[in-house]
Amino acid sequence: MARPVRFNLITKDTSDRGINQVDLPQGHMGEGFFATSLDKVVGLARKNSIWPLPFATSCCGIEFMATMGSHYDLARFGSERVGFSPRQCDLLMVMGTIAKKMGPVVRQVYLQMAEPRWVMAVGACASSGGIFDTYSVLQGIDQVIPVDVYVPGCPPRPEAIIDGVLKIQDLVQDESLRRRNDDHYKALLEGYGIQ
Amino acid sequence: MPLTHAYINEQLTAHLSEKLIAWEESYGMASATVQADHNLKTLTFLHDEPSLGFQFMTDITAVHYPDRKGEELAVVYHLHNLVENIRLRIKVFVPVASPNVYTATGLFSGANWMERETFDFYGVNFIGHPDLRRVLNVDEMDYFPLRKEYPLEDQTRIDKDDEMFGR
Repeated sequence: MARPVRFNLITKDTSDRGINQVDLPQGHMGEGFFATSLDKVVGLARKNSIWPLPFATSCCGIEFMATMGSHYDLARFGSERVGFSPRQCDLLMVMGTIAKKMGPVVRQVYLQMAEPRWVMAVGACASSGGIFDTYSVLQGIDQVIPVDVYVPGCPPRPEAIIDGVLKIQDLVQDESLRRRNDDHYKALLEGYGIQ
Repeated sequence: MPLTHAYINEQLTAHLSEKLIAWEESYGMASATVQADHNLKTLTFLHDEPSLGFQFMTDITAVHYPDRKGEELAVVYHLHNLVENIRLRIKVFVPVASPNVYTATGLFSGANWMERETFDFYGVNFIGHPDLRRVLNVDEMDYFPLRKEYPLEDQTRIDKDDEMFGR
C-alpha cells in the first residue's frame, strides 16, 4: 500500500518543472563518462557555490536584505549561505559608506579571507565615496583593498546587486586554480601592501 | 516657587559679578556668557546651589567665529535642571591660538567623551581632562575639521576618483 502522503505528487522527473541546470563545460562525453579539465570543474563548483560575506554599513545593506529575501532570492544563484566569518567566505560584499576610521577594519576582514577571494563594492559610497565628498569618508574602498566588481546606484536595486553577483560568477568561473601564485595577482596585492 | 530665568540671572550676577559677561534669552532658553577661566566655577555653582540644581550636562560643543579676533572659539555647555525642566546655555570664548578651558569631567562624568569630541573637531584644550584624544575621527588626523579654516571643496585633492562619477 502506498504511503498516504497527499502532497508527494511531484515526480522525480524535473524536465517539466522549469529548473535550469548549469551548462556542461567543454569536454568529451560518451556512454557513461564525461571528460574535461580539472580547472573547469573547479571553476564550475566555485562559481555556483559562492559564499558571500556581507559588510553592510548603510542603506545598500537594506537592499541586500531584499536581495536575500524570497522575492529576489540570491539563493537561486548558489549563494544561499551567507557567512559571517571571513575565514569561510569567498566574496566580500561591501555595502555602504566606509568612513576612514572603518578602512582598516575592511582591510582586516579582507586579509582574514582565504584565497581565492573576490570583492564587490555595492553602491556609490563603497565605489567612490558617493555624495560623502568629505574629510571623514574613504573615497572608495579600492583605496585600501582591490575590488573585482563595482555596482553603481545610490542605493542599487536588488536586480543590480544580482547582476553584480553574476559578473562575479563570470570571473570565478574563468579563474585559474591557483590565482595566488600568479605574478599579475601578486603585483596587484603588492600595490596594496598586502603580502 | 518655580525656577525662573530672572532668578538664575540674579544668582549668577551675585555670584560672578563682572565675570558674567552677557545674558540673553532667546526662543525661551537663557544663555549666559562667562569669562573663560570661570567656566568650571560657574558650572560647579549651578550644580551645587540647591535652588538652581543644574545637575545634568546635556551637551558640550564649540563654535568657531573667525571674525571675532582674540575670541574665535566659543565653548558651549548645555545644562538641564531635570526637576524644574529648565535648560540653560553657558558660553565661554577663547582665542583659537590658545584654546584652553578647564575640564568639567570632575563635575560631570558624562563630560568626558563630549570634551573629547569637542577637542576632536575644534581643538579645544580641556585642561585637566584625564584622556584628551580623538574619539570620532581617525587618530592620524592632524587638523580640526569643523574649524572654519578650510575652503568648502579643494579642487586639487587626489583621494577622489573623478572617473567614477564623471565630475
